Amino acid sequence: MKLLVKCAHVVDPINNIDDVRNIVIDGNRIESLETGEVSETLFDKVIDAAGLHAFPGLIDMHVHLREPGFEEKETIESGTRAAAAGGFTTVAAMPNTEPAIDNSAHVEYVRSRARHYGFCNVEVVGAITKRREGRELSEIGDLVQAGVVAISDDGNTVANSEIMRRAMEYLRMYDIPAIVHCEDESLSRDGVMNEGFNSTRLGLKGMPRLAEETIVARDVIMAEKLGARLHVAHVSTRGAVEIIRRAKERGARVTCEATPHHFSLTDDLIESYDANFKMNPPLRTHDDVLAILEGLRDGTIDAIASDHAPHTVEDKDVEFDYAPFGVIGLETTLTVSLTNLVSKNILPLPELIRKLSANPAKILGLTGRGHLSKGAIADVTLVDLNCERTIRSSEFESKARNTPFEGFRGVGVVRFVINSGRVVYDGQIVRA
Amino acid sequence: MMGLRSKDLLGLEHLTREEIELILDTAVPCKQIFTRDIRKLPTLRGKTMVNLFYEPSTRTRTSFELAGKWMSADVINIVASSSSVVKGESLKDTVRTLESLGANIVVMRHSAAGAPHFLAKSVEAAVVNAGDGAHEHPTQALLDLFTIRERKGRIEGLEVVIVGDILHSRVARSNIWGLTKLGASVTVVGPPTLIPPEIEKIGAKVSYDLDEAIRHADVINVLRIQLERQKKGLFPSMREYVSLYGINRERLTRAKEDVLVLHPGPANLGVEITQEVAESHCSAISEQVTNGVAVRMAILYLVSAGGKRHEAAS
Repeated sequence: MKLLVKCAHVVDPINNIDDVRNIVIDGNRIESLETGEVSETLFDKVIDAAGLHAFPGLIDMHVHLREPGFEEKETIESGTRAAAAGGFTTVAAMPNTEPAIDNSAHVEYVRSRARHYGFCNVEVVGAITKRREGRELSEIGDLVQAGVVAISDDGNTVANSEIMRRAMEYLRMYDIPAIVHCEDESLSRDGVMNEGFNSTRLGLKGMPRLAEETIVARDVIMAEKLGARLHVAHVSTRGAVEIIRRAKERGARVTCEATPHHFSLTDDLIESYDANFKMNPPLRTHDDVLAILEGLRDGTIDAIASDHAPHTVEDKDVEFDYAPFGVIGLETTLTVSLTNLVSKNILPLPELIRKLSANPAKILGLTGRGHLSKGAIADVTLVDLNCERTIRSSEFESKARNTPFEGFRGVGVVRFVINSGRVVYDGQIVRA
Repeated sequence: MMGLRSKDLLGLEHLTREEIELILDTAVPCKQIFTRDIRKLPTLRGKTMVNLFYEPSTRTRTSFELAGKWMSADVINIVASSSSVVKGESLKDTVRTLESLGANIVVMRHSAAGAPHFLAKSVEAAVVNAGDGAHEHPTQALLDLFTIRERKGRIEGLEVVIVGDILHSRVARSNIWGLTKLGASVTVVGPPTLIPPEIEKIGAKVSYDLDEAIRHADVINVLRIQLERQKKGLFPSMREYVSLYGINRERLTRAKEDVLVLHPGPANLGVEITQEVAESHCSAISEQVTNGVAVRMAILYLVSAGGKRHEAAS
């Protein structure tokens, strides 16, 4: 099967390409990016991409697919459909399922479900500790054998510093990062939103920035001393950004990500007590948003990830205190990022694509992805940047509707998604 | 000022000064019912009022019940425990039930901040917040304002000290909104661990020194202190708390002679306030209870007269 993507404006930061090309795909690989004329007769399928931008397939390195265990919220099938519709060709699935992904059999379960039912490539993140309880290390060697790209107890911090130390030491054997959710739960317990003026005003229990920053500091220091590779998930505070910036200046092997909601929204929105604004870490203040934008601009923040966390309407349509944490993002991340970062001149387009593709690929060790070099896996996202859309959760492919961006108007409509040489989205999901 | 802008009374933050004054002015004639032989007005005849209490309360619930009954409403009490909510009986289900029962006014107390706002969005009935978590307790603040105005003749220009567990107090928050809107100056007093962050932005000054703060106070509103806060490590011991923040006669000698002492009840006598002070001429604690009924009658009347339906609370 040979596929030609004609006249797309290719943005590939790794290869420093930012102009109109014809993308030649042979089977599941990129064959070439041609500047000249290409005869269409040689191809089984031709996509006329004039006026569209082509990016290396986007990679969301922080997604909760909820399967196994919480299939009422999302499944591998519905979650990867949402990914494809949102322009993502790879997602990294977090291990906080039931059971947790803490051994090779569970990894294989997710991978095989993804092969059969998936609409994008699914990479698996294994748990740092058994059952994510923070007490005993998982069989990390076994997990790596089974193909995990990172380990994380996401949702929880490994509170016991001794266990965290041993996990980082153990990782010396393998070149994968520990992805850390940084929250000192003794400081944030029972909290439901950022601690500050709005928590005072609304009478809701606060989660102080300190809870995040003290653990970011601990894990950064440990990673530096122990030589581990650390990736800090969903940074949300000015202090966390500053700790990571300084660590990078010292040469520490630390990377981090930010979510669209943390660089776009503030805790003022909780005024409505709408649980679609409840997530962990919580929405912070305008000053924190500015710090995250600055971190994105100066490279402190390497990646943009959605922390796609689906919940049912019934889960969320309750008193704010009782609702679970989490919002979805696979079908909103690209539009929100283009609108709030590129249109507002925070990031040039190639830098945004770097954070949505090349950098996550690098962090997760996905060498064949995140760029459109000859021989790379043929993952391509084609987007109309001149077209606006209004985000409506009723149109989502995800099972869930818990977006904080309902009604958001912005630029960027995904037109085609090519995953390993196969068109999986052409305005709607394309079944194999 | 013809009425309230919203169908609900959810908090004082979003009321205007005029609306607060309307409620207080309406409560004045309501209070006369205490001096009548027959305590019955026809105002709410044919209306159904539901007291929906997810947290134990004797005073507030009884006060609302009495206010409703004296105005001839049909009053239903539903006492649900918050734990049954967690077990699966959702507030949504309860909302549907209440609507099917044809409730006109729902008075709600809930341990989760924002629960009445959640309810108000989904029912036609007027929702009156009888206390939501650490958020607001508007009727308590309104009866405090009424009591202050009655005793002091005004609110504008008064110095009010609120002392105690400000962090967990809905009474404090509603009082700050109400008092500052009416032109009083508010200082919250307590140990730093019981003062919520950035409360200055709501309009209150903060002090950790009660003896200094009460020197110029016209009113001292004393909040209940709960032992469980000490167990959570928010202050070292009840003994130390009482020595720093307890209201007693000796301490009051530093205050103005005509200082007015309020307490939303139920008071831990001998802890945050001594019995001697609670029963002294400067205390208005019993009047607060009486005034509570009058203020709640005024509120029930005003919300049943209908604010504009479906108007946002803000």
